[in-house]
Amino acid sequence: MADSPAIALAEPKDIPVGPIGRHGIGYWGVGTLVATEAALFAYLLFSYYYTGASAPHGWVLEPHPTLKLALPDTILLVASSGVAWIGERGILDQRPGQALWGFGGAFVMGVVFAIVQGYEWHSKPFSLGTSSFASLYYVTTGFHMAHVIVGLGILAALFLWTALDYFSPRRRLTISAGVLYWHFVDVVWLFVFSTYYISPYLGFGT
Amino acid sequence: MKAAAYRTPRIGIDSVQHQARMTELWETEPGLKGFLSTVDHKHIGTRYIVTAFVFLVFGGLEALLMRLQLAGPNKELLSPEQYNQLFSTHGMTMIFLYALPILSGFSNYLWPLLLGSRDMAFPRLNAFSYWIYLAAGIFLYVGFLMGNGPNDGWFNYVPFAERDFNPGLNQDFYSLGMVLFGISTTVGAANFLVTAMRTRAPGMSLDRMPILIWGTLTANVANLLVVPAVSLAFFLLWMDRQFGTHFFQPANAGQPLLWQHLFWIFAHPWVYAIVLPAMGMVSDGLPVFCRRPVVGYTLLVLSTVATMILGFGVWVHHMFATGLPTMGMAFFSGASLVIVMPSAVAIFAWLATIWLGRPVVTTAFLYFASMILLFVIGGVSGFMTASVPVDWQLTDTYFVVAHIHYVLIGINVFPVLGAVYFWFPKMTGRLMDERLGRWNFWLTFIGFNLAFLPMHLTGLWGMPRRIYTYPDGMGWDTLNMITTVGSFLLAVGILLFVVNVVKSLKSGVLAGANPWDAHTLEWSVPSPPPPYNFAVIPTIASRHPLWEDRLGEPARSSINRGMLLDEGKETIATTPLDAEPDMVLEMPEDSYAPFLSAVATTLIFVGVLVKLWILAAVGAVATIGALVAWLWPRRELREREPPPVQEAVHG
Repeated sequence: MADSPAIALAEPKDIPVGPIGRHGIGYWGVGTLVATEAALFAYLLFSYYYTGASAPHGWVLEPHPTLKLALPDTILLVASSGVAWIGERGILDQRPGQALWGFGGAFVMGVVFAIVQGYEWHSKPFSLGTSSFASLYYVTTGFHMAHVIVGLGILAALFLWTALDYFSPRRRLTISAGVLYWHFVDVVWLFVFSTYYISPYLGFGT
Repeated sequence: MKAAAYRTPRIGIDSVQHQARMTELWETEPGLKGFLSTVDHKHIGTRYIVTAFVFLVFGGLEALLMRLQLAGPNKELLSPEQYNQLFSTHGMTMIFLYALPILSGFSNYLWPLLLGSRDMAFPRLNAFSYWIYLAAGIFLYVGFLMGNGPNDGWFNYVPFAERDFNPGLNQDFYSLGMVLFGISTTVGAANFLVTAMRTRAPGMSLDRMPILIWGTLTANVANLLVVPAVSLAFFLLWMDRQFGTHFFQPANAGQPLLWQHLFWIFAHPWVYAIVLPAMGMVSDGLPVFCRRPVVGYTLLVLSTVATMILGFGVWVHHMFATGLPTMGMAFFSGASLVIVMPSAVAIFAWLATIWLGRPVVTTAFLYFASMILLFVIGGVSGFMTASVPVDWQLTDTYFVVAHIHYVLIGINVFPVLGAVYFWFPKMTGRLMDERLGRWNFWLTFIGFNLAFLPMHLTGLWGMPRRIYTYPDGMGWDTLNMITTVGSFLLAVGILLFVVNVVKSLKSGVLAGANPWDAHTLEWSVPSPPPPYNFAVIPTIASRHPLWEDRLGEPARSSINRGMLLDEGKETIATTPLDAEPDMVLEMPEDSYAPFLSAVATTLIFVGVLVKLWILAAVGAVATIGALVAWLWPRRELREREPPPVQEAVHG
């Protein structure tokens, strides 16, 4: 047997059983979800810029949209990402109280964001069927709102499961995946916000 | 209770006792319960293949009806509206309900076997993907059978798809059905991506992956990124039709071309998605019959990836006739010409494999080899239309119809039929009849070429596509008659194929584990494979684990000795690049959650279609319930650490 070639054999020692921390295939799964969702928003914004670029003058119905509510609301949503992160740290540092405050706080901030956004819809001088601009505005922000609602559901589940003491610093993939999704919901809003509230000030479509 | 969070997996040799234990762990229960709850990738793969094949037959029958109508001038077998729905439903069926799902079926069945794993990365998601696909297919066909099939071609241009011109439910069925179908494709794509990256056998580094894996992987990365475009387009269309928005209506500053952009941003990569895995089948299957490894593995892999990347940047070549700026068209024309190069690389690699090998002519070989010829013909006609002026001459003529059929039948159906001949023994344990196989091959090959080669000429002589009949004396009569005869010959070939499958299932010659003396991992397990695939996890040392001796590879793969992983439904996760063992994966048991959430999701779509909001709400609540139950952290799956108290109790 001395001449026969070596047989490759993987003999791993002490490997984790199931996910450790955020290290596990579930995190990859949520990563693919975020990728495809990000693509969806990219197409929504493409639709806006493409339609706007080929539309007649005066396409944007509000050349100077008021930022009085939208800007603080945006800051609130982005801040909620930080609060959710503090919650995740709470799991890592084995401080369940901090985790509950983090997920609960982010949830409340998300709800306030959604209510303010609802008021924002209500106070617009146009409605869904006014023009292609109005349709795009409501459907794009509506898509985002749907994601906020899903994210709120996830935060609520994380809150509940943390309260039931389901996690530890090692077994917390669900937490990290859920918080990642909430970060996505917040980051993608920055693109939506810049498009509908900032780009008109820069002259696009007006 | 289970052992600690870290473990050193036991190494052992495949044995009868071990196999019995593994069967107990992995086997799906018989009966309806097992049918609705199984997450075994082999069951799911088989279902995909059978369902997709049923849709191929539906689409084929629709085509035959159209060919009867077009056999001669001024025929009145079909009314214009019937004809519209038939050609649209034919396209929808073949492109969406057949072409990708059939490849997903093969990949579902074969991937874990090719990768040396015991299941897909997300088995329940896999089951969900199938049920949603089936639901979307039924949803779309219910519309068709009610007289509400799509009636605006498979690419469904506005403004004709808008409500003013198309008041029935046809477009609503199509729109919502496509969004539903998109869910299936997307979750399937995510599953393929993570499976390829994380569940390969130890030692199967990226450069040792079979090319079928590469083809399906790149196709599904593309699907993940482009399916949202078409789902969005159909959703916006439905909003336009039902809720008074103006996305595509120029009267209210909408942009009809937005539809075409969103559609083709999706649909061009999709064309590659429905051929790249089939090209992978040829790259893996052809060398087996040439008795040598494929020539230019690295080049084939790079050309697969390059095709997909370039494939993102060619969509506008479907829109050359819409009056876009010249500069933009020049760019897309250039990209469409460049994309020929990676295809040519693949062609030469296959030809060299045949040339340098010692071909054994079987039916599977004939299908794989003939694909090369058909690919060249379809590729050349595609190359021609990449040129803007040529495209202006040919667009909306039968030349384009001939092109798409050479591409989709040539590079999808032919490799798929070859793949059935090739992998049928693995899936069923029995070989298909070779004598019947020859008749089957030559009838499909001659029938197909007789139908579609003259069609190029029909197009060049000016016959427009999508007309339900044509007048006498245009010079198209003979050509159309030839095409009709050819299409029926092709259909007889497919019928013979079905006969062969049924006959071989019953009385085919027993195959054994490796009837073709092939080189990849799936041939190392019994035919049909046991529920757990691999009794021990193999370790891979080369691209051809079963041909290492004869090729004099420096190291040998370990097939019969490896990690036992028998403390539950377990398999191994490896690192993305080098496939080093990374963690033990605890795989989910069979579950009703995928089936129930698919039913609930479908209820939402039925509810919004008929605007029965209560039904949609019930569906939404049920979907949420099923998902929460599905995702609930469970100790069996190690999503959390057992609390110390219980650890002590169960010890």
